[in-house]
Order: sequence, then C-alpha cells, then structure tokens
Amino acid sequence: MHSPRPSQLRALASAALLIGLLWVGRALAVDATPPLPTAQLQQRYLALTHELRCMQCQDESLADSEVDLAGQMRGEVHDLLLRGMTDQQVKDYLVSRYGEFILFKPPMNWRNAWLWGAPVLLMLIGLLVGWRIVVGRRRLVDEDPDEPLDDTVDEHWQS
Amino acid sequence: MNQPIEGAPTPPQEAGTGSSRWRFVLPLGLFAALLIVLFVGLVHSPEKNIIPSPLVGKAAPQFSIPNLVSGGEPVSNAALRGHWSLVNVWGSWCATCRDEHQTLLMIKQQGAVPIIGIDWNDTPANASNWLQQLGNPYQQVGEDPNGRVAIDWGVYAAPESFLINPQGVIVYKEVGEITPEIWREQFLSRIDAAGGASPPPATGG
Repeated sequence: MHSPRPSQLRALASAALLIGLLWVGRALAVDATPPLPTAQLQQRYLALTHELRCMQCQDESLADSEVDLAGQMRGEVHDLLLRGMTDQQVKDYLVSRYGEFILFKPPMNWRNAWLWGAPVLLMLIGLLVGWRIVVGRRRLVDEDPDEPLDDTVDEHWQS
Repeated sequence: MNQPIEGAPTPPQEAGTGSSRWRFVLPLGLFAALLIVLFVGLVHSPEKNIIPSPLVGKAAPQFSIPNLVSGGEPVSNAALRGHWSLVNVWGSWCATCRDEHQTLLMIKQQGAVPIIGIDWNDTPANASNWLQQLGNPYQQVGEDPNGRVAIDWGVYAAPESFLINPQGVIVYKEVGEITPEIWREQFLSRIDAAGGASPPPATGG
C-alpha cells in the first residue's frame, strides 16, 4: 500500500464531481413540461411544483416525481399559471380536487390547530417535566450537603 | 434512618398526599390519552393510501370528452342528469380494472344504474380491444388520453368510481376495485337510502 499521490486524489475528485453532475442532470430531466414564457412565471411554477405532493407516490413532490400523473399535474399547474391564476388559486383548485393532503405544508386553520399546536405543547410539557426534575435534584444536593442519608444515595445524586 | 428530608422528592411511603397522587395520575392520564388517540387513528385509517375526496357532496365537475365510439356524441355531464349513475375511471393498462370488470358486468345486468366510463391515459384502440374481449358494461365511454378530466375529478389511481345522484351530486367515491360486497354495502345501500333508483335510466349512447 502506498499513499495516494495528489494527481490520483484529483482524478478521484473529478470522478466524484462528474457522477454528481450526471445525477443532477437526471433530476432536472424528470420535468419535461415546456418552460413558461417569463422567468418570473417559471420561478412560480418551480416553487409550486415543489410544494405540491405527487398523489401517487405521496412522499415525492410533483417536481421530483417521474410517474405519469405527476407529469400531467405539472402540465395542469403550467396551464393554470399561463391562464393568469395566482399561486393561491392554483393551490385552492388542486385542494378542491384532491384535498389538503396535496399540500406538503398543511394550512394553518382551526381544523389543523392540533397539528401545528401539538409539537409546541409537547415541547412545553417536556421542558416543564425536565425543569421539575432538575429543581428537585438541586434541592436535594443544596439543602442537606453535610448530612447525607447514606453513602449510596449521596453518590447517586451528586454524580 | 428514614427521616424525611426537606425538599427531597416525596418517597413512595408518603404516597397519598394530594401532590404525589397528582404526580402519579398525570403521566398515566397522558399515556392513556395517547393510547386513545393512537387507537382511534388505527381504527379510522385502515389504509393510509386512501385519501378522502373533497368532491363527495359536491356537484360532479363539468366535463365533455370524445366518445370512444368514433362519431358518437361527446360524453359529458348530460349523461348523468336525471338518474343515478356510476362513473368509472379505468384504463386498459390497469390490472385491478380487469378484476373489477366482472363486477361492472354484473352491475350492468342488474340494471340499477348506467355506468359511464372514463378511459384514462389510454388509446381508443386498446380500450376498444379490451371491451371486445371482456364485454362492455358501459353505457358510454369517454376518452381522457392526457388525464386532464381525471385531474379535475381528483383521480389518482385507477380504478376509481363515483356514485352520482339524479341532481348530479357526487354521493360516494370508491378508490380501488368495486367488489360485489362493496357494490351492495357502499353503493346500493346509498341509492336505497335515498329512495331507490327510479326513474329507470334511459338507454342510449
């Protein structure tokens, strides 16, 4: 075994870069929808297709999915934007057909309150429990430092 | 030995005071609540792939598409007016549709409702072939080769079937194969509950 020479490292890096670029090309090639006439519309199209779910694969966005239905739905988004719909109107239309499930980010409304609120609530409960445990232990250590009940308990709390 | 320490966590021997009972009951209560939530989730979504359609209870989306029979009238909402109907989205490429076909033929024989087919992402040649080989349960079949009508109906996997009442409102949607049991329990029961499938559907198409 000899250690790799710099030229070998460079070759390796180039190969890795090449493979990476090939993969990027493949990812971009998923979407065969013709580009929209203006850069601004195309930007909105890209943003929307990344926010909408492919209903067949369900864990992929419209932009990333290769299935036929996703391609057709990208075509639909393309046409709706061309017709002058706002982003919200496009989303509302697809939600009226497929339900809120099609949005990766569920809307904040009262029906979804538990969905958005539960993580915050659980975190608060966790903090409260943690705080109580810490305070309880600190009291045990602080208030009776000279007269431990017995050695094992003392070691346990102070370690 | 067992002198109580001021400020220390209450030892188990003293359980029974208000505070310690609360500390015991609260986690248990939270755990029970979590169990209930998980159980309800388990019972209410037996299949995570089935997404409830927001179109149920709404008027069937407007459509007008070419008839599979060349020279035939376009297939549109006119086919759904004034009687119960079943709109079935299928394709000759769809394996489950082949399984479902026997049930559709049985429904046609019963004559309770006309079946309107939407041939999805398919070619007329393949669709005609399929109907010649397996029999034709449809009163009319419309062609949706690029899937635009399917998107407007919120379709994401064939077969999908919509039960539509005489007012043109979607009453029920089934994702996946209609079996004779599903036909009885989900479709016929709804038609019966609403007073039956009269007047008898017009023939045509």
